[in-house]
Amino acid sequence: MFKEMHNLFQWAWLIPFLPFLSFFIIAFITKRSKGLSAAISILAILTSLCLSIGIGIGVISSGAEVVENPVMSTVNWLSIGGLQINFGTLIDPMSAMMLFVVTLVASMVQIYSLGYMHGDKGFSRYFCYQSLFAFSMLGLVLSTNLLEMYVFWELVGLCSYLLIGFWYFKVSAREAAKKAFVTTRVADVGLLIGIVLLYTKFGSLDFYGPGSLSAQMASGFQDFALIGSVSYLTVMALLVFIGPMGKSGQFPFHVWLPDAMEGPTPVSALIHAATMVVAGVYLVARMFFLFDNASPVALEFVAIIGSFTAIFAATIAIAQDDIKKILAYSTLSQLGYMMFALGVGALTASMFHLMTHAFFKALMFLGAGSVIHALHEKQNIWDMGGLYKKMPITTITFGIGVLAIAGIPPFAGFFSKDEILASAMHSGHPFIYAIGLFTAFLTAFYMCRLFFVAFLGEEKPENHPHESPKTMTVPLIILAFFSVVGGWAALPDHNFAYFIHYGVFEPEAMDWGLAAISVAAGLIGIGLAYSIYVKKAIKAEDVVARFPGVYKLLKNKYYIDEIYQWVIDKIIDGFIAKVLYWFDIYIIDGIVNSLALLVRGTGSGLRRFTTGQLQTYALVFFFAVVVFYIVLAVGEGQLAGLNPLAMLGGVK
Amino acid sequence: MTISVGLSTYLLVGAMLFCIGLYGVFSKRNVIAVLMSIELMLNAVNLNFVAFSRFTPWENQGINPLVGQVSALFVIVVAAAEIAVGLALVITIFRNRKTTNVDDLNWLKW
Amino acid sequence: MSNSFILLMTLLAPVLALFIIVFIPREETKMIKIVAAIGTFAALALSVFLFFAYDKSVGGLQFTMTIPWIRDIGVNLGLGVDGISLPMLLLTNLIGFTAVYSSWNIDKRVKDFFVLLLILITGVMGTFIATDLFIFFLCYEIVVIPIYIMVIIWGSTKRVSKEYAGMKLTIYLLIGSAFMLVAMVALYLNASHQLAVLGQGPTFMFAELAQLQYDPSFQIIVFGLFLFGFGSLISMFPFHSWSPDGYAGAPTAVSMIHAGVLKKIGGYGLIRLGVLVLPLGGRFWAPIIAVLAIINILYAAFIAMAQKDLKYVVGYSSVSHMGNVLLAIAALNITSINGAVAMMFAHGVMAALFFSMIGFIYEKTHTRNIGDLGGLAHQMPRLATGFMIAGMAGLGLPGTVNFIAEFTIFNGVAKVMPVQAILGIVGIIFTAVYTLRVIANVLFGPRRAEWDHLKDIRGPELVPVVVLVFVIFATGIFPNTLFHLIDSGVYTSGLAKVLETVGQATIGGLF
Repeated sequence: MFKEMHNLFQWAWLIPFLPFLSFFIIAFITKRSKGLSAAISILAILTSLCLSIGIGIGVISSGAEVVENPVMSTVNWLSIGGLQINFGTLIDPMSAMMLFVVTLVASMVQIYSLGYMHGDKGFSRYFCYQSLFAFSMLGLVLSTNLLEMYVFWELVGLCSYLLIGFWYFKVSAREAAKKAFVTTRVADVGLLIGIVLLYTKFGSLDFYGPGSLSAQMASGFQDFALIGSVSYLTVMALLVFIGPMGKSGQFPFHVWLPDAMEGPTPVSALIHAATMVVAGVYLVARMFFLFDNASPVALEFVAIIGSFTAIFAATIAIAQDDIKKILAYSTLSQLGYMMFALGVGALTASMFHLMTHAFFKALMFLGAGSVIHALHEKQNIWDMGGLYKKMPITTITFGIGVLAIAGIPPFAGFFSKDEILASAMHSGHPFIYAIGLFTAFLTAFYMCRLFFVAFLGEEKPENHPHESPKTMTVPLIILAFFSVVGGWAALPDHNFAYFIHYGVFEPEAMDWGLAAISVAAGLIGIGLAYSIYVKKAIKAEDVVARFPGVYKLLKNKYYIDEIYQWVIDKIIDGFIAKVLYWFDIYIIDGIVNSLALLVRGTGSGLRRFTTGQLQTYALVFFFAVVVFYIVLAVGEGQLAGLNPLAMLGGVK
Repeated sequence: MTISVGLSTYLLVGAMLFCIGLYGVFSKRNVIAVLMSIELMLNAVNLNFVAFSRFTPWENQGINPLVGQVSALFVIVVAAAEIAVGLALVITIFRNRKTTNVDDLNWLKW
Repeated sequence: MSNSFILLMTLLAPVLALFIIVFIPREETKMIKIVAAIGTFAALALSVFLFFAYDKSVGGLQFTMTIPWIRDIGVNLGLGVDGISLPMLLLTNLIGFTAVYSSWNIDKRVKDFFVLLLILITGVMGTFIATDLFIFFLCYEIVVIPIYIMVIIWGSTKRVSKEYAGMKLTIYLLIGSAFMLVAMVALYLNASHQLAVLGQGPTFMFAELAQLQYDPSFQIIVFGLFLFGFGSLISMFPFHSWSPDGYAGAPTAVSMIHAGVLKKIGGYGLIRLGVLVLPLGGRFWAPIIAVLAIINILYAAFIAMAQKDLKYVVGYSSVSHMGNVLLAIAALNITSINGAVAMMFAHGVMAALFFSMIGFIYEKTHTRNIGDLGGLAHQMPRLATGFMIAGMAGLGLPGTVNFIAEFTIFNGVAKVMPVQAILGIVGIIFTAVYTLRVIANVLFGPRRAEWDHLKDIRGPELVPVVVLVFVIFATGIFPNTLFHLIDSGVYTSGLAKVLETVGQATIGGLF
């Protein structure tokens, strides 16, 4: 059985290759035909989806074999003295799960885009970028080594840049794209340094297999103190973690993600909610052996950053009015969740949440897109209201998403979130558990605030909403289906954990007590939102009026953007760059120019000797000959030592 | 007192002629005069050539003393060519500048 | 043996075109351009053929041709390529060919322009395929003169006048070559003394010079002179200031060739003459080169952020990228030297593309001021694509060959100088910042009515984009095509052996 599956897994490279082919075809051949371009792109991603399902079935039916021995097929990519890199595909349950999630969400988003992007001038270009993104993301998922992953990591970053700036004529989109690229680039530098240093030490960047990083670390690698008492592996783990911090929008690199909402909404759903931003989580999960072998400081750091981001972003989300911004901060918060799950050592829970989150967050973004589409680009939730009458499918599916993210059973979010919180508690991190729980409460609150205000609430007479076309609602329904059943992967007996885990698999019984507490937190959040925004029992304005400073702080996202802006404008651009430029022009060039001036001065002094009178020259010449004659005649060969050939050691 | 006209006499005359020419080249302001002075110097050299040729024994060293006379002929030919070019230049300069004073001919200065 | 004429033919193809152009009347500008294009295309085709015909398993100098020229002092007309010079030859012809097309719209003194351009291309090509130091130097000197004339006549005046820019460029190149000449003569004399003892005549051949052993103090002095000479060429801090001014003043084709290949003569010379012939001198100077290289990378990147003129941005960025090459040379190991050669190739292609695109923008809008431009992607999508790919290659995006070159360099450097490697990697942040700013401000943003009359690049203007973009991605996605060649060059030229003996011991302490 495993043998046949092995043959199937050899063909995994087709999954990213098909979208790449589609990218190529659209870019060079069918660009002019909008319908054909979209058809090719969707066809490619749907085929990839089928292949991914095939691989998924293969992985499940292979069972323990593939869990223990990831299937890798590689070809040499770069081989020079002192540097050997192979590229290939890696199939294990984790990558199979990611393949399914990415291809599913990508196909849904592409189908949805048929409706959403209808009539856009750059329709073909949009699908071209979408295909490129699908290729890069699937390549990232299938990477067998760190460098391969970094290559695709940067490519998804590029696609993100292109798609955020898709409407490049908008200055805000242009700036947001730039910001996203630069911010993640800053973080990637840490990852790249880590990769380079790891290669220098281990001579390999492979995740698994003989001679790979994990194999070398498992078998007697002697860690040593590098900086002070911090060990080498710890430093490496922290460096590698900087990359995921940027990609997954962890504090302090989170600033790009909310701005990235300038892109078309389906893009936000695909790239900035479901797939690309979780690449960071995926990378940490892939490199988990590094964090595990490093000192506990590394994982503690991951947990702290993750939990801080979770609560930090959740608090900001409360005070936002833009529907996409709320979802963006919610994404940040959930990414923080996944990170701290990894930090407390719960790889299974983190991956599980990654999957469920991809479903319900993509669903909600697409739902938001449906609303924005219906209201002609209105994004402020206070301008909406009463949408449930006109847009029933959108409202119901969005509601499912809200319940899922709020952690209400039996929706998907309940299972994954509960597992994260339970792991935090059981691994001895009560403080992080508390933060997680409070974040769960905040999440339920702000998501319901969004839902109640935008979908229920009073109808606004100036709006003329209408339900979106089939191409948009069908993906919503499919994603809603997965938002409900996605969590059941954990049933009945930790099926999910059996396939995706780190170290030795130990089935853990569901902790119903903790589950009840987190459900309660969710319900309280929902209830609070209900009483404020539906019953109006508590006036939101009153709360704001009581804590004006806090509200302002939250509304302005803790002024992080402003601080960065100030540093860039005033310190880097305004000071360092200017000073260095001044230095270059006036000091470096000044030295050069003054040398030139010196030469010129000497020249203009010496030119006085050039009278232009031929006879003067002849006279000088004549007397020089006389002097030479006298010297040679009277000097009696004393000047033979000056023989120029002898001096230079001339060649005979 | 008998004056024997030997090699040194010719060389003396040649040296005097050369110095006169040299003086002329350095001091005359008229280009034509300068050219004439150059001719004087060339002729001084010619005189030396011929004198050496005349006073060198035939048998010695396997050198043909006629070489000196041939050289003199060469110099005469070259001098003729040179003066032709020189005078042509002078005429062109005079047409353009209305002067043959060397002090004014300093356009090549800086 | 018949193979040996291929190199000569490659070298002479532009010369032949030049002679044909000389006999074409001035007014036949179309014809002149076509002949120039054919000549450079022939050279390109031949060098592509050489690229694939070169036997990597054998390695060493191939397609050699050695004709004694001045026997008394041992000058040979020696041509030949190995894994280090062949990529440079290919690069030269790629850029030469595209430079002709980037100058397609030139209408001022067309004949003179293309004659000079062809001389320039021939000269640069000669430096890379020469196996004789004398020919190397000769060809280098041939290059300087056309550049000066071209900047003066077809250049443009911005912050500094084109006369100043041309003069600065030329003087720096000449100062560099003066020091090179001194070092060259010293090396030659020393070698001929040694050879005289062995009963052999003097020689200028690289291969034979590299065989000899030189006194360490001699090596240090001569390497220092070479460093000064080649350092000015490769725009090593503090001898870099000619580069931005020069590029800004120069016409497009000259900027392309200058930034693309001419600069690389510095790095090529440092490897071929410096490290290979004078390894001990190289080891002595390596720490200093490393520090200067780091300054190059960071300092120039910062200054690039403060620029308002497109060409200045790319000018400073090329100074910054050359820092990577210098850093790799300073690391003195096989991986890093591989990276250095690859980086020279990668940067050459990328810089040529960038300058070509800027040239078209300037030609059409008559401004290079970033503030005056904007939203050009609306009117000129194809140009925008080319511009953006150049930018992405510049910031080392994976998929482009530049990324692999940078990665190889950092890998090599990290083995011996981890701190410098980290500082070098940090430089890519600033590269990203200025590149993305330029892209955003020039290409994106609202449509501007004043540029609505612009026509997108088309026809012959597309040639540079297509050719260079293809090379960037082809070698970026399948790096072994390029890197195997370089690797074989590093191993079979004897460089690997030299590097193993002098390679710096891993610095203790931090790592």
